[in-house]
Amino acid sequence: MTVLLKVEGLTKSFGGVRAVGNVSFEVTAGELLAMIGPNGAGKSTCFNMLNGQLAPDAGSIEFAGRQIVGLKPRAVWRLGVGRTFQITATFSSMTVRENVQVALLSHHGGLGGLWRRARDAHVDAADRLLERVGMREQGDRPCSVLAYGDLKRLELAVALANRPRLLLMDEPTAGMAPRERVALMALAAEIVRTDNIGVLFTEHDMDVVFAHANRVIVLNRGQLIAAGAPDAVRADAEVQRIYLGSRH
Amino acid sequence: MSPDAIAVQFLNGLAGASTLFLIAVGLSLIFGVTRIVNFAHGSFYMLGIYVAYSLVARFGGTVLGFWASLLVAALAVAVIGVVVELLLLRRIYHAPELFQLLATFAVVLIVRDATLALWGPEDLLGPRAPGLKGSVEILGRQFPQYDLALIFVGPAVLGLLWLVLTRTRFGILIRAATQDREMVGALGVNQAWLFTAVFALGAFLAAFGGALQAPREPANLGLDLVAIGEAFVVVVVGGMGSIPGAFLAAFIIAEIKAMCFAIGQTTIAGVSFSFSKLTLVVEFLVMAAVLIWRPWGLLGRPAAATRNPAEIEAPISPADARTRRFGFAVLALLIVLPAFAQAFPYTLVLSIDILIAVLFAASLHFIMGPGGMHSFGHAAYFGLGAYGAGLLVKQAGWSMETALVGAPLIAAAGALVFGWFCVRLSGVYLAMLTLAFAQIVWSVAFQWDDFTGGSNGIVGVWPAPWLSEKWAYYYLTLACAVAGVLLLWRVLLAPFGYAMRAGRDSPLRADAIGIDVFRVQWKAFMLAGLVCGVAGGLFAFSKGSISPEAIGVGRSIDGLIMVLLGGVQTLAGPVVGAGLFTWLSDLIAREFAYWRAALGLTILVLVLAFPLGVAGSVKRLFAREAA
Repeated sequence: MTVLLKVEGLTKSFGGVRAVGNVSFEVTAGELLAMIGPNGAGKSTCFNMLNGQLAPDAGSIEFAGRQIVGLKPRAVWRLGVGRTFQITATFSSMTVRENVQVALLSHHGGLGGLWRRARDAHVDAADRLLERVGMREQGDRPCSVLAYGDLKRLELAVALANRPRLLLMDEPTAGMAPRERVALMALAAEIVRTDNIGVLFTEHDMDVVFAHANRVIVLNRGQLIAAGAPDAVRADAEVQRIYLGSRH
Repeated sequence: MSPDAIAVQFLNGLAGASTLFLIAVGLSLIFGVTRIVNFAHGSFYMLGIYVAYSLVARFGGTVLGFWASLLVAALAVAVIGVVVELLLLRRIYHAPELFQLLATFAVVLIVRDATLALWGPEDLLGPRAPGLKGSVEILGRQFPQYDLALIFVGPAVLGLLWLVLTRTRFGILIRAATQDREMVGALGVNQAWLFTAVFALGAFLAAFGGALQAPREPANLGLDLVAIGEAFVVVVVGGMGSIPGAFLAAFIIAEIKAMCFAIGQTTIAGVSFSFSKLTLVVEFLVMAAVLIWRPWGLLGRPAAATRNPAEIEAPISPADARTRRFGFAVLALLIVLPAFAQAFPYTLVLSIDILIAVLFAASLHFIMGPGGMHSFGHAAYFGLGAYGAGLLVKQAGWSMETALVGAPLIAAAGALVFGWFCVRLSGVYLAMLTLAFAQIVWSVAFQWDDFTGGSNGIVGVWPAPWLSEKWAYYYLTLACAVAGVLLLWRVLLAPFGYAMRAGRDSPLRADAIGIDVFRVQWKAFMLAGLVCGVAGGLFAFSKGSISPEAIGVGRSIDGLIMVLLGGVQTLAGPVVGAGLFTWLSDLIAREFAYWRAALGLTILVLVLAFPLGVAGSVKRLFAREAA
């Protein structure tokens, strides 16, 4: 198994509050790794450091053997790290297909073009990506009228446009109906299998986590407190204490 | 320059700071609570001076009568503020920011003409304050008593406001709303009442600042724009919504200006340099420096991300067959137009103006709409183009044809430099920095007598002989306008245009898919500057001259109005808006003495009736028909 992402001693504080402290883990190709933890555990902070949005105070992040701390999000993306956001970020003034086309144009270095029509660029590739997430029929709809679940799927298509080797999905199923959640994670699992990429995702829905993740890591108050196979993590006393609560 | 001169100028600066603070703090309060950038704030200041002038003339003989007159004048203007808020602003709180701006600018125009009608065009200097007519000797120099009193007004008002804000329920609501307006609404506070009250308070403070000036400064009709310019600078430097910030900024700016006067003419490294000439531009230099170093102002806080999603905009698409046919029909009409020019010679002159305006507005729309950068200083690139053309012909001896190619390059070079700073900011702060740069360009043109001809400008900038006939020049302008507009449209439909919109729609996502938003916006800024420079060059040769008046704030605002009138969300918007605006203002200006008020009323009607702009509303009408 190739190690795609190697995180060591990742630390970040906000004005004296340690949001993430000394967190280390790895993501290998072909695995779906879930990062779980209660609200405020530091999951999103972790994610924002992984793709370069936030500079860590300390620690190292290696992607495919290369140090990526200090790189901008766009540079991290160019190396092959895709990302979806907790609150979807899409281009609301464009159609569904155009959203994907922009990502494809960017991937192929064609966004500087001043003359040719953007909407004629990479049409087939865009449609294939949309097909993959089940959004092909909606390709011509304005992105601004999509249902939330569809936006999440569109975001996934956009994130896949540069054939990432690692996909970071921050709460990919938040705001979706239960049936949609299962379908989306099944899709992610299938992409992991067929493309042999690694996926790191955060999730609050434990059904989703234990149904799809190959491995689980648990954060609490910025600390990594457990890691391992889903069943082992589920049985962990510390994890149970955090999730089920206890009085002492 | 002696120490006592500096000391007296320092006191002068303090007196100036008081007034500046009074105007700016109201603007800051109103912005903080309602998020409306109130262009009409300078008009409240101007009204304050005029009303105070009239009241003091009647009742100002006694000490009590004088001060009561000032207070009553400010109260009267506060009532006008309430009327404006109730009748106009209340309808547009949910409209896009730029529309609110346009509406308050319409109020500026209406107030200006109302003042003209009531008080006439002459400057009016009020009588001096009873009991404070004399002067005191400070370090052997005379200093007016009234100015000395004025020094204490600013800190006194600051203290009062502090008491109100910390000790009263009203004040707590103001502070809460400034921090989180939605939360205050969610807590069941009657926002309508709060907004009206804050607007009235702001108008009162501005008018009081004006009234205090009545014995010091002649009331004149240009004060509104001067005051609003200074107030914006103070608010931005101090930090939007921060009252101590406004005080600090007013102090700094007034003192720097006073010191420029104190230094006056001096020689630096053998070059004679007049610091007093710098006063026109120094506040904008300060603002530019602050915005680059601390974009949220000295005592402001970085703006929290708003929870309101961006305005929803329909995807743009290439013109369909029907629109194309319509476009070709318009173009055909424009081509045959000179044939009718014999009967209506003025038509060609007006058409040239309209075509230049189209180019100007389309280039502004390019960065404002799809680029999402609201420039308040687009006149800078127009000015660089126009002056560039004039100077290349007059100072460098270039031919008209080469100058017309050189002019846009100069404008683009300016946009390259200014844009590098501007694209680092966003929203109101970006708008203010563009305004600052435009003001800097303007004052260089205005002040540099030897090179730019100062206030007279450059004359004798005529086209080449083969273009000297009006119809020939018309065809040149038409060709440039069509080429320019088509180029911008093409770019908007090309990948680069999509990258621009991507950066506007979601900077987060754009960055996450490899787009360098900063570079994209910077390039867009340059391209807009280039096309705008063409408009400037064409303008200079069409008039035969170029003067600072033609490149002032008014030009930038005209551009904004054109784009908003036409509709910022459509490609055809700026073209329609530029045509409509230029034609309307020309028509009204020729037929009607109070053309500003008429224009203002027209704008208000259009804003209230077509919140999407004219072209946008027509487009929606057709879309509804088709559906």
